[in-house]
Amino acid sequence: MDIGVYVTIVISTIFINNFILSRFLGLCSFVGVSKQIGPAVSMGVAVTFVTTMASLISWPIYNFILIPYHLEYLRTISFILVIASFVQFTEIVIQKKAPYLYRIFGIYLPLITVNCAVFGVAVLNTDVFFFGGKAVSGSFLKSVLQGACAGLGYTLAMFLMAGIRERLEFADIPKSFKDVPITFIIASLMSMAFLGFSGFKI
Amino acid sequence: MAKTKLLGEFVKGLWRENPTFRIVLGLCPTLAVSTSIVNGIGMGVAATFVLVGSNIFVSLVRNIVPEKVRIPCFIVVIATFVTIADLFMKAYAPLLSRSLGMFVPLIVVNCIVLGRAEAFSSKEPPLKSIFDALGMGIGFTWALIVISAIREALGNGTMLGFSLSKTFEPPLFMILAPGALLTIGILIAAINYFTHKRQG
Repeated sequence: MDIGVYVTIVISTIFINNFILSRFLGLCSFVGVSKQIGPAVSMGVAVTFVTTMASLISWPIYNFILIPYHLEYLRTISFILVIASFVQFTEIVIQKKAPYLYRIFGIYLPLITVNCAVFGVAVLNTDVFFFGGKAVSGSFLKSVLQGACAGLGYTLAMFLMAGIRERLEFADIPKSFKDVPITFIIASLMSMAFLGFSGFKI
Repeated sequence: MAKTKLLGEFVKGLWRENPTFRIVLGLCPTLAVSTSIVNGIGMGVAATFVLVGSNIFVSLVRNIVPEKVRIPCFIVVIATFVTIADLFMKAYAPLLSRSLGMFVPLIVVNCIVLGRAEAFSSKEPPLKSIFDALGMGIGFTWALIVISAIREALGNGTMLGFSLSKTFEPPLFMILAPGALLTIGILIAAINYFTHKRQG
């Protein structure tokens, strides 16, 4: 077991291959929910939870069901079904057991089902940590770690963007650039800053 | 049924309710695969196929599916068509399939597809849904072609693989992530500008 590999996964998933800014996964919610810091961070936490759990669940399904029976082509259907039902399940549990949390996260949970980041991380795990139809060593741990870090990277980008957009409310921007276009341009500048991490080697 | 009505369903996706520029949906694949025109067209065609297929199917079962489980049902239908498109592409266009990579399975979470299923074809008859899906799909495809043409020309100095100029030194960043975000930001702003201007 090499600790360096895990550190590399953490750094590369959060910074170098940030899910929003360099992989473009979860952009819809990034533009939609990043108007204020509070909701943006709540959304980030909810996404982090779901991406971690999605990696946790999808790995055994792929390794123990799809690969032994040569059903790899069912990956899309099985993963999306599992993720959708998991999100629905979480929503029900939170609503019953923690009404306070539900008030914070509740409205974001249905949105997460079709969040590209969640499904993307599940697909990415099977692309990266399976080689020639077999799991690489420590693949389960790596998948879960990548899932968690993908969520953290998402939260980081959301937090930064929401902070900037709160200030933008008072800025005098041209009418046609208001709201969505300016968000993209700021995202582009942020993404350029994140490109600086790509020279990072451990 | 009036022909003009069907045509209206078709045309609205092209401009007035264009999924990419006006409703701003389905951005992940739009930005990620638009590095070259060929990729853009491939993605657009695949997404159009999934849209039309799932819209017809959802529209056919719209009265059978209970209200509460409709989203999982729609997702399964969409995932089925995405799998078909994925396998088809792997068999007949392996190069394209490799360069689109994980974004072919990601069509399943493309907000446009589920959005149309939820907002349109779960309420309307199949024929109307087909035209709606075709309009949306073609609207998505042309948006992809515009974005990828700009990025390919500026970032790679080529157009459909042909070199444009020998002296032009293409800035690499247009092919990378920031270029995509910048391109779509400026395009949406330009479209807003012309819309405001026309409205006075």
